[in-house]
Amino acid sequence: MAKKKTIRSIPQERTPMREQDPAVRAKNFEEVACGYHPDDAMRESERCLMCPDQPCVSGCPVGIDIPGFIKKINEKDLRGAYDILTETSLLPAICGRVCPQENQCEGVCTVGESLEPVAIGRLERFVGDAAIQAGWANIPYIQPNHFKVGIVGSGPAGMACAADMAKAGCDVTVFEAFHQPGGVLKYGIPDFRLPNAVIDAEIGNLRKLGVKFECNTLVGRLFTLEQMVSEMGFDSVFVGVGAGYPTMLGIPGDSLNGVLSANELLTRCNLMRAKEFPSFDTPQPIGKRVAVVGAGNTAMDAMRVCLRLGAEKVACIYRRSRKEAPARAEEVHHAEQEGVEYHWLTHPIAILDDGQGNVRGMRCVRMALGEPDASGRRRPVQVPNSEFDFEADLVVYAIGTNANPIMGQTSKIALNQWGYIHTDTGLATSIAGVFAGGDIVTGAATVIEAMGAGRRAAASMKTYLGIRDSTRRFESDGDTLFGIDRREHNFARVRVA
Amino acid sequence: MTTYEIIRREDFSDVTYLLEIRHPMMAQAARPGQFVIVMLHEQGERIPLTIADFDRQQGSITLVIQAVGKTTRQMQQECHVGTALYALVGPMGIPSPISHAKKVLCVGGGLGVAPVFPQARALKEQGAYVIGVLGFRNKSLVFWDDKFADCCDELIICTDDGSMGLQGRVTDGILQAITNHPDIDEVVAIGPPIMMQGCSETTRPYKIKTMVSLNPVMVDGTGMCGGCRVKIGGQVKFACVDGPDFDGHLVDFDDLMTRLRRYTQVERKALDHWEKSCNLQKAITTRMETASPG
Repeated sequence: MAKKKTIRSIPQERTPMREQDPAVRAKNFEEVACGYHPDDAMRESERCLMCPDQPCVSGCPVGIDIPGFIKKINEKDLRGAYDILTETSLLPAICGRVCPQENQCEGVCTVGESLEPVAIGRLERFVGDAAIQAGWANIPYIQPNHFKVGIVGSGPAGMACAADMAKAGCDVTVFEAFHQPGGVLKYGIPDFRLPNAVIDAEIGNLRKLGVKFECNTLVGRLFTLEQMVSEMGFDSVFVGVGAGYPTMLGIPGDSLNGVLSANELLTRCNLMRAKEFPSFDTPQPIGKRVAVVGAGNTAMDAMRVCLRLGAEKVACIYRRSRKEAPARAEEVHHAEQEGVEYHWLTHPIAILDDGQGNVRGMRCVRMALGEPDASGRRRPVQVPNSEFDFEADLVVYAIGTNANPIMGQTSKIALNQWGYIHTDTGLATSIAGVFAGGDIVTGAATVIEAMGAGRRAAASMKTYLGIRDSTRRFESDGDTLFGIDRREHNFARVRVA
Repeated sequence: MTTYEIIRREDFSDVTYLLEIRHPMMAQAARPGQFVIVMLHEQGERIPLTIADFDRQQGSITLVIQAVGKTTRQMQQECHVGTALYALVGPMGIPSPISHAKKVLCVGGGLGVAPVFPQARALKEQGAYVIGVLGFRNKSLVFWDDKFADCCDELIICTDDGSMGLQGRVTDGILQAITNHPDIDEVVAIGPPIMMQGCSETTRPYKIKTMVSLNPVMVDGTGMCGGCRVKIGGQVKFACVDGPDFDGHLVDFDDLMTRLRRYTQVERKALDHWEKSCNLQKAITTRMETASPG
């Protein structure tokens, strides 16, 4: 038997992942992080202590068997690692790239208490990429039932819900308003963080599960939620349409040419491929001196896109300090390496006009941090007489989004005071059979949280439809019938194979 | 996978053409005032076009298009009966509120004649007295006067050069109608922004409610980018989900027109690039034809 690993016996340093040189990558849309080489993955897998209490698993929103898949990597059984991952995670190549692991699995890793935590995300990505390269897909045996499920929106929440419902045997159709599925993964997150080919491969796997994608379908206008349930024969519907309605600052000059939302910039560049104009027809507004307002992940993406489109100077304008920036620390750092300038504690009060309706700059003020507000963050307050002008010919607002009004305009679904869909703890909405999750319920959040919501909604849907939910774990006290836990909802209606 | 097959095409002039497209579901859902977003091919851009007509029995919607730039000219060249569009999504926007006004003026300028038609028809069906005012540059550009004649109680056609009907602009037609009918409750005006601005200014002194349909630059059409934001009574609205219809007396038209000029230069570049590749293609084809033996 192998000697038990201890914190002293494992490689002390976290295995670095190769990255493109900042000077080179700031000029191309290729992926920044190149991924692990098999040797790197092997070395990093050595660092997992295989703790019996597995804090990492509870840190993962979907509860992946992390030590299990790492052990398989260590045994050089990549297929085995992929099998374990796909038992719980649907999109390892995506999650391994975009999850904020430092706040999730890696944040609670035991190794992280004394050394750098195990690079779980990089290992997950390594397995996901290997699967795409090898064309692996784990299609479980699916026992079809007669239920028809409709999913509105093909972003991370919709994809996760669709996969679970398809595995449960339902006939699943995903409706997407854009001409390509993927939601924010496609239009929002740029290729240098998440290549479109990776998303397409993962969507291909959903198609293999029998999920149908109907693009160019704007639910709420082409047909309503109520019609889906009453006329179109959907037994249950999941709404995962995202938050999408961008916030403008509401300061003078907001509507000048050269002021746009990060959503518009990113959609033009990522989905419409405006970076390849005029081979692609969508034009891209490019500025020489770009100011991006906000410091979330969207702001980081927008700034890095602008650099790659050829901007000479890209600045981040944020009213709080670096410590409060909502973006992942890694993203802030990556953008900085590429040449983005940060202007912390700065806030625009007006956009300046060049006399022809175009932006020539911003009037800003300096801020100072005051007392903590309700959210616990120190509230920025304006420093008196600190006005100054900042030169810019493109201003990008990345200051958040509001609820999209279409669902509320066209259905009787109950909304909360901010216009987001109101749900109970099981993500059921006010319309029987209709569930909702992701940004349209919580406001803008992360990809993995949306996926988690999609899966929770799927669990509720299964209960609602009376389908056995094999993904749900029950603390068994031995009270079973035909091997099925008696407390499992509707267990009497379960088909016993 | 749905295909968006073109089942009818009609050319009104050398720049204006009509496409009827099969989409039974949309034909059911569409209401006057709504629009669609179209992509001609996979590398195309998304362009908004107003639904000019829909036929629920046939299961089709009709678009009237003016060839003004790369995409619309390429569509003019490539869209024929039997071909299909790459993407067609809609109906988008809030349907025009069909008011219970008793006497209504429906004003269409140029291409705007098409989108005002379903509204004129709906108002007529509602029992209103409908006066149509259609404006064109000259007689050769006139279309759908027969369709309007069927659903209007009165029809005033204006041409800039006087080659047909009243000589002058739609605003002259509006003034004529207002003089004859002091009891007009509402005006619906659709056309180029400058024309809608003119209509709104014409009716403002008479305090007649004037609805216009705005046409800002759009990308997604679902409210997620804000590219189509417009200023209405000092407030920012997104035309794709809050409109496209707004009270003309509250619209900041100068702002709209400035924003519409945002991409003039790149639009030119796209058109040149396309024309160049078209000419190249033509040259290759001609050479191949001359080279091929018989």
